[in-house]
Amino acid sequence: MTASFESTFKRLIPAVDFCSLRFVEESTEQLAVRQNVAEPPQSCIDRGVMITVIDKGGYGYAATSDMSESGLRAAIARAHEWARLTAGRSVADYSTFAMPKPSGQYRTPVLQPTPLSKREKIELLNAESASCKIDDRIVDWSASFWTTHTKQLYVTADGAMVDQEFDFLVPSLAVTAFADGHAQTRSFGGQYNGFCQQGGTEVISRSGFCGSGKRTAEEALALLAAPNCPSGKMDVILMPDQMMLQIHESIGHPLELDRILGDERNFAGTSFVTLDMFGSYQYGSPLLNVTFDPTLAHQFASFAFDDDGAEAKKAFIIEHGILKRTLGGTISQARARAQGAMVEGVSTARSCSWNRAPIDRMSNLNIEPGTSSLEDMIGSIENGVLMRTNVSWSIDDSRNKFQFGCELGQVIENGKLAHIVKNPNYRGISATFWRSLAMVGNTSTQEIMGTPFCGKGEPSQVIRVGHASPACKFSNIDVFGAED
Amino acid sequence: MQTYFYALADFITTQTKGSETTLVYLSAEESNFVRFNKNAVRQAGSVKQLVVTLSLIANQRRAESRISLSGERENDEAHVKAILETLRRDLGDLPEDPYLLFNQTPQSSEHIGASHLPNDAEMLDQVINQGKGKDLVGLFASGVIYKGFANSLGQRNWHCVDNFNFEWCLYHAADKAVKNGYAGIHWNATEFAQKMAASGTQLDILKRPAKALVPGQYRAYLAPAAVNEIVELLSWGSFGVKSQRNKQSPLMRLEDGSMALHTSVSLKENSHDGVAPSFQADGFLKAAEVQLVVAGKQAGALISPRSAREFNIDNNGANSSEVPESLDMAAGNLSADAILETLGTGLLIGNLHYLNYSDRMACRMTGMTRFATFWVENGEIQAPLNVMRFDDSAYRLLGDNLLGLTKERDLILDPASYSERSTGSARLPGALVRDFALTL
Repeated sequence: MTASFESTFKRLIPAVDFCSLRFVEESTEQLAVRQNVAEPPQSCIDRGVMITVIDKGGYGYAATSDMSESGLRAAIARAHEWARLTAGRSVADYSTFAMPKPSGQYRTPVLQPTPLSKREKIELLNAESASCKIDDRIVDWSASFWTTHTKQLYVTADGAMVDQEFDFLVPSLAVTAFADGHAQTRSFGGQYNGFCQQGGTEVISRSGFCGSGKRTAEEALALLAAPNCPSGKMDVILMPDQMMLQIHESIGHPLELDRILGDERNFAGTSFVTLDMFGSYQYGSPLLNVTFDPTLAHQFASFAFDDDGAEAKKAFIIEHGILKRTLGGTISQARARAQGAMVEGVSTARSCSWNRAPIDRMSNLNIEPGTSSLEDMIGSIENGVLMRTNVSWSIDDSRNKFQFGCELGQVIENGKLAHIVKNPNYRGISATFWRSLAMVGNTSTQEIMGTPFCGKGEPSQVIRVGHASPACKFSNIDVFGAED
Repeated sequence: MQTYFYALADFITTQTKGSETTLVYLSAEESNFVRFNKNAVRQAGSVKQLVVTLSLIANQRRAESRISLSGERENDEAHVKAILETLRRDLGDLPEDPYLLFNQTPQSSEHIGASHLPNDAEMLDQVINQGKGKDLVGLFASGVIYKGFANSLGQRNWHCVDNFNFEWCLYHAADKAVKNGYAGIHWNATEFAQKMAASGTQLDILKRPAKALVPGQYRAYLAPAAVNEIVELLSWGSFGVKSQRNKQSPLMRLEDGSMALHTSVSLKENSHDGVAPSFQADGFLKAAEVQLVVAGKQAGALISPRSAREFNIDNNGANSSEVPESLDMAAGNLSADAILETLGTGLLIGNLHYLNYSDRMACRMTGMTRFATFWVENGEIQAPLNVMRFDDSAYRLLGDNLLGLTKERDLILDPASYSERSTGSARLPGALVRDFALTL
């Protein structure tokens, strides 16, 4: 079918400065078992195309789920009309920007290409669900698999052609324990699906899903009996399932070039980072090395080309603590340069589907491993808390003042892990927090994680992002617990 | 679109076999989105999409599939027929569903809203002319939204709204901005110009040197948009019966009676006066009103059909998420016109941002002040405030520390457009509070 509408598109291309077609077809299946009862399975086949036209400086798009010839003709006319209406009234002269002319393809590496049947997956979920109910105080529990196969085709009037296919799998599990008017929920990889990855059935085993039910339930019960997290200034170790959120909110979003250029100020916000900081600003301690890496096999947001056709390459965003480059795609980079800012960016203009236009996203944004073992980091702390698994996040619209909470904490006393604490929270300011990075874990502490739920953009978009990180130690952080 | 959908529903009914029941829910839109930055267009475009969720029910089992369609009947009928066959096969892999419940007593309905929207060129002209010389950033969204339900038992429901929602900010510098919005079904150029002029007046105050507060407790007035942020967070798991029964509601202590909100706080799901469809995806009509909190005490919950079966109670037509779509907070007796005088000295908070729970059991939430937020002394605005983090419990904010709510309420149309334009709304007053806890 793609060949059919691709050839139709090529016949219908108008005489304009630039015209592209982006086709997306996403097939998903969501299976869940809650309290040992299978929920009705939900599947989805979502497909459509977006036509983009740049002409005489204007930019317009039209997206449609009607891929017939008349549907494509109408979409091209509509996109052209928007380009005409916005010519001379746009944030930049789009016709002066050199759009990529890519050619290539991408396939998610799948190690176990034979998928489990629906029945087999439900059996796996049932088994994990059954293992959660280890005590009468366990009052709710659920387990789910969310699998997606995505086909994308990108074609331009000037001959570009990119064909990409992705397989995603998102395992999740959560358990709630309740007693004496108090509840605690513990999850497997976070309630926002931190163990999501690209791949086939092997993602289930790679994530450690099998066996997670009983362990998660035991931890929920332990939290129920645990004291609150202590308050005060102390050292913290953040494990990868909290580091991913820390990276996402206080490095990823502030470095998105469209935020810095002001596009998001009505919704997601602006950034404390300004264009003049790139190349010299001390973002973190010299131990901080952050990479944009869409090439990491199996990570959730890996790809070969972004949605404006730019080729994916690994790049250092922050190197030895110094801010190097923006998270900005082709158009944002060109806009910044048109303003006289010679900043560099990456291939990260992405859209959540065929019905939304590409904007700057963070894709895979990772902290490179350091040299410390977890034991070394714990051993270096006299008084502190180790925190696991994000549960709460809030940050200001400049991405500076933040407050984050975790599901589980463990006190560190005199270089040793001590008792579990509940409701661990900490707060800080991005501009200074990363300078307190005191130790970076080695590869043995690293997890390749991500989330399907990064929200941004007008109109709104939720997109997949990946964050790989080792455990990290931060010094002298403002930590606190709950009220009772 | 209505004719197309009903014909598709008729076709699906012809494909329904024996004891099977089919349900189909349509969500479609023809929308325009124009994104502005620095009073120029960043991205402008249109989205035409048509999605149906097809459910096949037989032998106490249910399988469903959500599919994009073209709007062209012959192709779509072939697609739907193939999906039905897949769902039939899926049913064989499923165990019985003890919580299956769908409406079997047909209740048809129809709502078709009238509108008057500007054409694209007029809209661009008006926005850019009104924003001339200003740093305007925002999103203009408009167009028609269709929702439909049909089942093989003969039920047909239709809901169509054609509206616009323009949300914008005028920026002074950095994070200092005034936010405003204009939404509805009849675009009026004069009304829009008045709203832009009002934004401009506030913008002048934002140009004064900003005041930095130290963490502490302050008297504060929260405008309706700020109250909406608090209520939106509460809506995330507090008002559905499933989260309440499974001990996951942040308002658990309100439900068990160990805590209460202020007696002036009453919240209800007011489907009758909202803009969302009056029906849900299992074919039930929504209750016109569902009392959630009355005079500070727990009064009820949103109950989806599935929860109704699980907990052996009656459903009230809630969606499966059991999240309010048309939340209505009762008015108080403060005059919005005299709010500065009533506030005296303290914070005038236009908006809050990025709220989340810092202690769910205590319903303690944290978030940031945002946009036009000012320091007021003796009833006079003195200076804009630098953004501050708050961390406070709803039991204090909307409990002992609540001094009053305004008589006037704002109708806030949800501007969200995640995968599709929202039909959610909220009607809320402003709130005067004491000891609003700023922490960073």
